[in-house]
Amino acid sequence: MDLVTPALGLVFWTTISFGILLFILGKFAWKPILGALSDRERFIEDSLQKAEAAKEEMSRLTNENESLLKQARAERDQILTDARKVKEQMIVDAKELAHKEGARMIELARVEINNQKAIAMADVKNQVATLSLDIAEKVLRKQFEDHQKQDELVSQLLKEVKL
Amino acid sequence: MYNSSILNSKIFNTFLISALFLLLGVMPKLSIAQEKAAEGAEKPFDPKEVVFEHIGDSHFWPVSIPLMGEHFLSLPVILYTDKGLETFWSGHLLKEEGVKEEPVYKGTHYSYKLEEGKIHAVNEAGEVDKAAKVYDFSITRNVASMWLGMIVLLIVFFAVTAGYKKRAGKAPKGIQALLEPVILFVRDDVAIPNIGIKHVKYMPLLLTIFFFILINNLLGLVPFFPGGFNLTGNIAVTMVLSVIVLVVINFSGNKYYWKHIFTPDIPFWLYPIMVPVELIGIISKPFALMIRLFANITAGHIIVLSLISLIFIFKTAWMSTVSVPFVVFMDMIELLVAFLQAFIFTMLTSLFIGMAVEEHHH
Repeated sequence: MDLVTPALGLVFWTTISFGILLFILGKFAWKPILGALSDRERFIEDSLQKAEAAKEEMSRLTNENESLLKQARAERDQILTDARKVKEQMIVDAKELAHKEGARMIELARVEINNQKAIAMADVKNQVATLSLDIAEKVLRKQFEDHQKQDELVSQLLKEVKL
Repeated sequence: MYNSSILNSKIFNTFLISALFLLLGVMPKLSIAQEKAAEGAEKPFDPKEVVFEHIGDSHFWPVSIPLMGEHFLSLPVILYTDKGLETFWSGHLLKEEGVKEEPVYKGTHYSYKLEEGKIHAVNEAGEVDKAAKVYDFSITRNVASMWLGMIVLLIVFFAVTAGYKKRAGKAPKGIQALLEPVILFVRDDVAIPNIGIKHVKYMPLLLTIFFFILINNLLGLVPFFPGGFNLTGNIAVTMVLSVIVLVVINFSGNKYYWKHIFTPDIPFWLYPIMVPVELIGIISKPFALMIRLFANITAGHIIVLSLISLIFIFKTAWMSTVSVPFVVFMDMIELLVAFLQAFIFTMLTSLFIGMAVEEHHH
């Protein structure tokens, strides 16, 4: 029966001791320990969330970079194509221009040549006329030194004239 | 080949070391038994006396030093009598070797002597004085060992707290790393599933109860000084713990808790049966806690001591080849029980608190 009869002294001391233990541990051990534990848990959770956010940001940036790169590549291609077109156009234009210029110059040359020719011809004609006149004068002068011959000629010319 | 592998195995070594330690603890008693045997057969070995002496409380703290016999440390005796307070050392009441009569100590108010381990006031003739009222508030072996356990707890947990302060926000180390999983276990697997969001308020109580029971269970398993006491197997200690739990449960009880007791959702003509049952339930829950812890720890100590006593009953050291392996086995189980009972007490406490603070009753 002794075994199941609580002793007064032990009840008294256990109550006091346990109360003091609860107070001291509660204030100086459990509070800081549990506080530190929950702080650390919160920190870990925050860190995980931040890591997740960073990962998302990273993938977003990567996507953005990729699209930027794609865009840049397309732009470059566009520019290159444009440049090629421009170049071809320029070549074509230059050729055409050269053709036209050539033709124009040839035309000009031809006109000049014709002009020169005409001038030369006129000159030659004049020379020939002058020369002919000179010759004719000289001939005539020689021919018409006697009257007989002059008459013959006049008569001959008159005969030739047909009315 | 096979034998040598057994001799070298770790299990065998562990077993050998455990057996040695147990024998060291037992050795003084062995020597006493031999002395007693030498005196003659006038006082046969009484296992019941040994066992009950151990599991009960005492005014002396036995120190067993291997091969040097058993010594008794004096503890302060504090008596509150109807004539006033009385304090003296329990050494005055220690019976000397070979003397049959209990010594009588003459205090300022009364004379005292031990009768079956309890202090009684005695008259001139040495008979128990029934008229004198003596209340014993002595620092007994259990009180002293409880304080020892408390000092261990305080040292350990101040070290743990220092660890948290020193390595704030960093990974735990040393004793802090050892105990953090246990603290987290109490919080995450005991308190939160049973109490829920309101657990924060009860964590100090639950942790203190858990570690108080655990440290005293474990120190009680140490077979030599300063361990080997039976504190958590003492009905006074478990009663105090249960009363604290009882008070906490009923002071935390919300209106649903009280409604469930006084006006449960049953036909009103069942009230005369149900209300008393629920009222008894208020008491019976902590009462079960008290008995469970007391019975488990005491039973373990009784089994271990009975197995040791077999050696003295058979009066042959050869019996130890049977007893010691069994004791080792029992100590392993007791180690499990030490954790288990601390866990169950805390678990049920948080379960009852959880029932009392639950918001929505079915």
